[in-house]
Amino acid sequence: MTEFVAVLVDGIVYASWLFIIAVGLTLIYGVMKILNIAHGSLYALGAFAAVSCANAWFAQGYAAMGSFAMLAVAAIAVALVFAPIIERGLLRHMYGKDEVVLVLVTYALFLILEDFIKLVWGVDPLFVQGPNYETPYSLLGNFDVAGLTYPNYNLLLVGVAIVAGLALAWALNRTRSGKLLLAVIHDREVSAALGINVGRMYFVTFTIGAFLAALGGALTAPTVSVVTGMGAEVIVMAFAVVVIGGLGSLPGAALGALIVGMVRAAAVHYAPEVELFSVYFVMAAVLIARPKGLFSGAEVRKI
Amino acid sequence: MLRSILRSAVVCCSLLASLSTGALAAQKTSVKVGFVTFLSGPAAGPFGVPAKLAAEAIVDSLNRGEAPAPYQIKGFGGLPIELVIVDEAGGASKQVAEFRTLVQRQDVDLVIGYIGSGDCLAVAPIAEEVKRLTVLFDCGTPRIFEEGSYKYVFRTRPHATMDAVAAALYLRDTHPTARRIAGINQNYAYGQDSWNDFEASIKALNPDVDIVTSQMPKFGAGQYGSEISALFAARPDVIHSSLWGGDLEAFMLQAQPRNLFRKSTLVLVAGEPYLHRLPGKIPDGTIVGARGTNGVYAPDSPLKKWLVDIYKTRADGLAPNYPAYSVAEAFLGVKAAWEKAIGKKIGSAIPMGAAKNVKEEMDKAYAPPTQDEVIAAFEHSTFESPSGKVQMSLGNGHQAVTGTAYGATHFVDGVVKVEKIRYYKADEVTPPAGVKSLDWIRSGFKRGN
Amino acid sequence: MTRDRTVLALLVVVAVLLAAGPFLPRWMISLFNVSMGYGIVVLGMMLLMRTGLVSFGHGLYYCLGAYAAGMIDQIWNVSDMLAMIGGGIVVTAVVSTILGFLLSKYREIFFAMLSLAFSMILYGLLVKSASLGSTDGFNVAAKTLAGMDITGKGLRLTVYSVTVVVMGIAALLLHRYLASHRGRLAGAIRDNELRVEYMGASVRATVHVNYVISAVLAGIGGALMAINIGHIDPEMTYWPQSGEFVFIAILSGTASVFAPLGGALVFETVRSFAYEYSPNTWQMVLGITMLVVMIFLPGGLWSLFTRKKVAA
Repeated sequence: MTEFVAVLVDGIVYASWLFIIAVGLTLIYGVMKILNIAHGSLYALGAFAAVSCANAWFAQGYAAMGSFAMLAVAAIAVALVFAPIIERGLLRHMYGKDEVVLVLVTYALFLILEDFIKLVWGVDPLFVQGPNYETPYSLLGNFDVAGLTYPNYNLLLVGVAIVAGLALAWALNRTRSGKLLLAVIHDREVSAALGINVGRMYFVTFTIGAFLAALGGALTAPTVSVVTGMGAEVIVMAFAVVVIGGLGSLPGAALGALIVGMVRAAAVHYAPEVELFSVYFVMAAVLIARPKGLFSGAEVRKI
Repeated sequence: MLRSILRSAVVCCSLLASLSTGALAAQKTSVKVGFVTFLSGPAAGPFGVPAKLAAEAIVDSLNRGEAPAPYQIKGFGGLPIELVIVDEAGGASKQVAEFRTLVQRQDVDLVIGYIGSGDCLAVAPIAEEVKRLTVLFDCGTPRIFEEGSYKYVFRTRPHATMDAVAAALYLRDTHPTARRIAGINQNYAYGQDSWNDFEASIKALNPDVDIVTSQMPKFGAGQYGSEISALFAARPDVIHSSLWGGDLEAFMLQAQPRNLFRKSTLVLVAGEPYLHRLPGKIPDGTIVGARGTNGVYAPDSPLKKWLVDIYKTRADGLAPNYPAYSVAEAFLGVKAAWEKAIGKKIGSAIPMGAAKNVKEEMDKAYAPPTQDEVIAAFEHSTFESPSGKVQMSLGNGHQAVTGTAYGATHFVDGVVKVEKIRYYKADEVTPPAGVKSLDWIRSGFKRGN
Repeated sequence: MTRDRTVLALLVVVAVLLAAGPFLPRWMISLFNVSMGYGIVVLGMMLLMRTGLVSFGHGLYYCLGAYAAGMIDQIWNVSDMLAMIGGGIVVTAVVSTILGFLLSKYREIFFAMLSLAFSMILYGLLVKSASLGSTDGFNVAAKTLAGMDITGKGLRLTVYSVTVVVMGIAALLLHRYLASHRGRLAGAIRDNELRVEYMGASVRATVHVNYVISAVLAGIGGALMAINIGHIDPEMTYWPQSGEFVFIAILSGTASVFAPLGGALVFETVRSFAYEYSPNTWQMVLGITMLVVMIFLPGGLWSLFTRKKVAA
């Protein structure tokens, strides 16, 4: 019983974490048809910025609870600085190119940002820590389930994931700009002809996606030691989630994250030996059964 | 056609380039050392960059002749040392290519380097092929000299079996009642070997122990929530871990708030470098190793003081961690061999002092030793290092052995101290020559006949 | 007409490389060896790209080829260079034929991702295989060539010469294949599959065949690389390795069989010098090089050498 509950809780926590990162990836893909490898760099940038901001906050001797605000500030700052540079400076000149070329453009970007991070923050692992060794991770206290202790910070992750998912769904389906965006997704050229400012739509989408990546990184920062190369580890997991769910699908990302989270937690508890490739195994199995992922719309055939 | 013209142009240029470098190589004014260490990737922060800082500090100090006895001579035998630093990132196949570049394009006199075991395994046969002295300074796998035999390859630090055996011995000595054993190690060769050696050692010492779980998270996973739950649920007395770097720190940051260590003693075989980084996060009584008598376990000596002083000035006051000590072992080992080779030549030249060309003979004797002379002096040598005496006694005199130590942490006044230190001699924790590590452990640590 | 010129040029290049071998500095021989190994893999990527497919998991076959070459030695004590290459060909042909039944249904990003998943499963399996050295891998050495002893001083030169010849044969055969009826279908499939079906050709069969050819090329490249480097490890099937192949293929362009071979050489040279002269920022150098090529030379480096515009 304990193990079952543990798998459930661990799985949900891990899924929430994955979802926050993957949802931005699927959003950018859905709108812009770019599988953004640099999403991993934005995640890493968010984490590094969060460490710097939170530690600066602690260094000023302000109330520890304020460090949570610093995490959000870091994510917003990263999105506002890097999204315009990347989208306006580079990607906008590449639209219309082959999907694969775009993937590689973001891969080149990923390599550049990787060294950029190294130049700015160095190679030492960094972590968030206050003067009395407190971290935002332990500040919120713990809760107990079936004899296991979990920090309440995990609940925060779950909460943020749910809020992010619902907010995006609401914005897409219930607001005017969301509906315009759906039109852009459906047919970029016709939307442009009808007077929708597609360039701005792309810019806003990319900024939101970048913010979600950076937020994922910022929320991860207090739980890990922030180290160069952390983006590379995450991006493949996020790809798996998005592909399992169906590229560009919001509910798909949620379901994909849940599946990956549960499978991973179950593997750790019942068969630690196979944890390493369980995720890819699920990805292959899902793609074999549903070639375009779990949630995928029908495509227009062009003759 | 344009292509083949371009090609031939490239070929001609390179031919000219190679001819010109060949002509220059005659006079020797410095010793060029290729130094390979991680400058990027997860191993850069905890290992790679401290190693680089140590190498630069050591070379600087040696070149100025400021090292304590017996290393006061400048550089290697009077010749200044010149460093060429290369990033170890990118995997074994890239490292082989880079190694060839170092030897064949840069024409270094020797290579010191390699933290990754895979890189060491891959580079060793190539060193043999290109016949260039190569000193492995940090990698841990025992396979290098247990599966191969090399003339040009040396390793100046003991291999990783020692860490596992000594950890098991320390547990026997200090926690004799521990029965339920768990592990969390990264799922790659070093993590698997560490756990396998430890599991075999602890079972050899006490057949009654119960292995309750062995967690093998992916290298660089970052998120250990599920693993911590699984460890918690297994209720172990002891948790063994060879985690290092960002992975270790992430695990500690996530496990400590969840009270995982309230009832379980943690053993960190490579934990020493993190003591100053994780105050308040490492529970009291955690058993930490430094992969040899390095860092806090290094015996006080002028050499240790020298290393600590020169390192601190380069690293903003931080004390050197065990990779820095390993670098010192490598450079001092080569230096000792180099100067021993010169001493041998001078020794054999003196009786001939009566001969006609005294000056010529003496010049020859004081000339830099050839590579073969250095290798002959290096094999089976014993030299002093900041971590104590190093004996090149395994692998036909190419693999070092040293003693090691473990201790338990105690957090006082904002500093993590290490207490209850126990030292283990080299032959307690290292297999005898010719016996493979795992076989030796399974035999119940049998020595001799 | 262009075909004849390519064949002739190939023969000239092979002859020049063979003749130059003994006079090249040793570092250059190893640089060429590595580039040619990569070049052969990227030849396969080029064929896939011409078919409109990009694999993010071609490291699977690169790695399988290398492990096949290494394990023949481990299991049967066979260390003949030709047998090792042959082993790589057989294993990759069998595996790709099986996986091809599945993968030939997939297109675009889903093809890329399913390939990625397969390559990562192999990675997981190899990491778990302690007898194969886990992530540390093991060393490989070729000792004979068709029965002749090649160990000793001339080993690198022999390996180099064999690599040149194998590369020449691979490029020549691929060039002939691309000019054949089925080879020409590749471009048509990329442009519009339905039209190809209406013409009465089987898209799936063509994709399947091209997939197997590209896998075998990757296997040959992997086997040569194993012999060359002398060491293999699971990193060869990890995703950044596969990404590198795509990277070189895009960098090179797909217009001619020369493109991947030249592109691989340029890539290796840039990387080798970046490692040496900017050890702290070599990734940035690679990334910027790649961006510059993609922005200013959309047809890849090869477009420098062609006057008329060729669809990339």
